[in-house]
Amino acid sequence: MKVKYFAWVRERIGKAEETIDPPASVRTVDDLIGWLTARGETYAYAFEKPKVIRAAIDQAHVKPDAVIAGAREIAFFPPMTGG
Amino acid sequence: MNAPVTIRIQQEDFDTAREIAALSRGRTDIGAVVTFSGICRGPEGGDEIASLTLEHYPGMAEAEIKRHADEALARWPLQGLTVIHRFGRVTPGQNIVLVVTASKHRQAAFEAAQFLMDYLKTSAPFWKQQEGAEGKGWVEAKTHDEDAAARWTK
Repeated sequence: MKVKYFAWVRERIGKAEETIDPPASVRTVDDLIGWLTARGETYAYAFEKPKVIRAAIDQAHVKPDAVIAGAREIAFFPPMTGG
Repeated sequence: MNAPVTIRIQQEDFDTAREIAALSRGRTDIGAVVTFSGICRGPEGGDEIASLTLEHYPGMAEAEIKRHADEALARWPLQGLTVIHRFGRVTPGQNIVLVVTASKHRQAAFEAAQFLMDYLKTSAPFWKQQEGAEGKGWVEAKTHDEDAAARWTK
């Protein structure tokens, strides 16, 4: 699946998107944050306050307990500040 | 009833008068047009900012605004609405966002415009980075914006 990062999440990880293949044990958005956090210190820095992070699956907002199976695109970003 | 919806995410500026005209031209069923313009402020919390750079999530930004536009059409008797949100770098005094709502009577247009702006702030995927004397920094989300959006929850 494709993962996209925006704003300071993107800056901290150092990339805007990547393709990942997490194991089946990674079921939810929350699990995926945990799995990404273990990938290295840039990820750990981006996800240091997981409660602040917002997520979207296939371009729709989701909660941390959302199941990621079947997702084409998952995005992580800080709370929005448009308008 | 014909209620045209225009949603644009663009880098270039917009012309508010032209957008009002585009929405109401040739129609006699519109009795009220409300516009909201969001403009880049210079002074911000004691600092003078040089610019804002708006990042967005292409695709999802349009989809989120469309979702709330559809909800506005379902909740209020609107004759049409326009939402334009810019991305990229803007400087103080320049436009960021435009909401135009048209209805037969003013209350629906006022309320729908406020509803759309409250949701744009909290759920449309845009992020502002400000640049000033202190350097660059991401603007933090405000809890009063969350509260403003929450009041529309049915």
